[in-house]
Amino acid sequence: MTSTATTIQHAAPPYSGPRAFVQRLRHGDEIAHLLTLTFAAGILLITSMLVWELWANSHLSRAKFGWTFFWTQTWDPIFDNFGAAPFIYGTLITSIVALVIAVPLGLASAIFLSELAPRKISDAISFLIDLLAAVPSVIYGLLGIFVVVPLVRSWLGPLLINTLGHLPGIGKLFAGPNYGVGFFTAGIVLAIMVVPFIISVSREVLLTVPREQREAALALGATRWESTWKVVVPWARTGIMGSIFLALARALGETMAVTMVIGNDPKISASLLRPGYTIAAVIANEFTEATGDLYLSALIELGLVLFLMTFILNGLARILIVATERGGGRPS
Amino acid sequence: MKKTWFVVSILLAVAITVAAHPGTVLLNAAGATFPYPIYSKWFDVYHQKDPNIQINYQSIGSGGGIRQLLAGTVDFGASDGPMSDDQLKDAKFKILHFPTVLGAVIPIYNVAGVTGELNFTQKALAGIYLGTITKWNDPEIAKANSGVSLPATDIVVVHRADGSGTSYIWTDFLSKVSSDWKSKVGMGTSVQWPVGLGGKGNEGVSGLVKQTPGSIGYVELIYAIQNNITFGKVQNASGKFLKADLVGVTAAAAAAAKDMPSDFRVSITNEPGPAAYPISSFTWLLVPAQISDATKRDAIKGFLKWMLTDGQGYNEGLAYARLPKGVIEKEIKAISLIQ
Repeated sequence: MTSTATTIQHAAPPYSGPRAFVQRLRHGDEIAHLLTLTFAAGILLITSMLVWELWANSHLSRAKFGWTFFWTQTWDPIFDNFGAAPFIYGTLITSIVALVIAVPLGLASAIFLSELAPRKISDAISFLIDLLAAVPSVIYGLLGIFVVVPLVRSWLGPLLINTLGHLPGIGKLFAGPNYGVGFFTAGIVLAIMVVPFIISVSREVLLTVPREQREAALALGATRWESTWKVVVPWARTGIMGSIFLALARALGETMAVTMVIGNDPKISASLLRPGYTIAAVIANEFTEATGDLYLSALIELGLVLFLMTFILNGLARILIVATERGGGRPS
Repeated sequence: MKKTWFVVSILLAVAITVAAHPGTVLLNAAGATFPYPIYSKWFDVYHQKDPNIQINYQSIGSGGGIRQLLAGTVDFGASDGPMSDDQLKDAKFKILHFPTVLGAVIPIYNVAGVTGELNFTQKALAGIYLGTITKWNDPEIAKANSGVSLPATDIVVVHRADGSGTSYIWTDFLSKVSSDWKSKVGMGTSVQWPVGLGGKGNEGVSGLVKQTPGSIGYVELIYAIQNNITFGKVQNASGKFLKADLVGVTAAAAAAAKDMPSDFRVSITNEPGPAAYPISSFTWLLVPAQISDATKRDAIKGFLKWMLTDGQGYNEGLAYARLPKGVIEKEIKAISLIQ
């Protein structure tokens, strides 16, 4: 961005005054510069206005609860006592479950499609995957209600309780009762929703890895898999990370599909099979009927918290990408 | 090219004529979702009757309706719960409540081996939703259902996750019949539920109940009738177990009509009278007492009058209960308060 801008300034004729401006406008470069600058500034403006609106409108709630808002577990619109803890917990847990399922699945599919499958099949499947990414979330919610929820209630849930549930420590994650709706089901539905993003972006990135890299590895006596896993994937690591964080961002903010399968109960429970609630879901559910000023303000503060979470996680993602780049991968 | 311009100019001409039709009164309203089907029917029929009056109604929820009205962005609002004293005090202008139709809320359940209608005492419903009654064969449930074999399974409570008038009526009823509920939970469009799962909308609750063995939930009577869902009888204030129907709901309203407050803000849950179904409520239009635009004022007054007389005839077709005569008479008098 900066280098482009300086180039343009160097390229512009060294006139000054209004005549020079008109002169410069005749060259398309200056117009393109101004136009793109305006739009780029627009994005910044929208973001800062968004934060400002959330900050200003959550004033009542911030003044009353302060920092306790983050760890209070009550959400009581009648007695005006609000805390974000169960919602933050639910948002994080469902997103983590989604990534734990979606990352191996998505990465393996992407490697197969880019490295092993014939190009024609790869292109056909990629087209279908891109279609999946465009399916509205309410459809995934219906899929959750009619397929995933009954599956978890009558088959997957009891299976997990009877196997992993007996293990010390990890067993706490899979304790009953199991209603079919809860963190785990929401995580599965989210995984189904975000996996197309991971596959689609990762495949594109893997395809950009230069042919010479593969050939060099093979020439050194590596097997096909060794060349893929030790050379191609590390080369594409930054892009793959990007796809995972794109998936995470979608999982954090998903509303409709989650609220349909999570049980909507603002409680913190160790068991993944218990019902919970997420920030986006509670805002969507309660905003229209929220009449009290403090109630409304608390809902808006939840929006601020979600924004903050996305911000922090994106920051962590940047740090992670920089850190992993040092350990090899594509030179940039 | 010429053809395109022709089409564009025709469209423009049509748009301008529609927008600037002389004498057309456009009223904007917003609010409750529960009465939306009957409201859109009324507004449509009324527009056919008087083509000069067009009412746009957005069913954005009672809370939203109240906020829009207070902000002055709509001509009138609609709400499933009456506005609180504080809200009315904070408003910059006086607001009148007009009951329009009645709705009722009924318990639905999914108990293994039970296909018929279960009887629920008031204590049983309060206990189940408080989490103190946890098994289907609890004596409080069993004593009202002699002859039905109730299993010893856990009760899974289902409630609305989204803020709604349905929850308002349900928690209003529970607050009246249980002092524990009143002090610990209270009444409102959303509350802090002691136990249970949340479903989004009537369809979300009934879906969860249908899918989850041992569950109980509550939905609007209209929704249960339209979807042929079996529902339970509820004990009323006279001790009778009543299955909700439109007649019982109107009976509850008639009982309340006798000592109706002049501003119509009244709860009719658990009304006395053997025929009164205990979990029902009015839904209201919220109209400013002072409307400076004379054409709008006349249009709203005209509509209210029609709604209270001819309009009520459309209620049963859409499974809403009619207002009782006593209430209608009082409301017609109250229309003159709009100035």
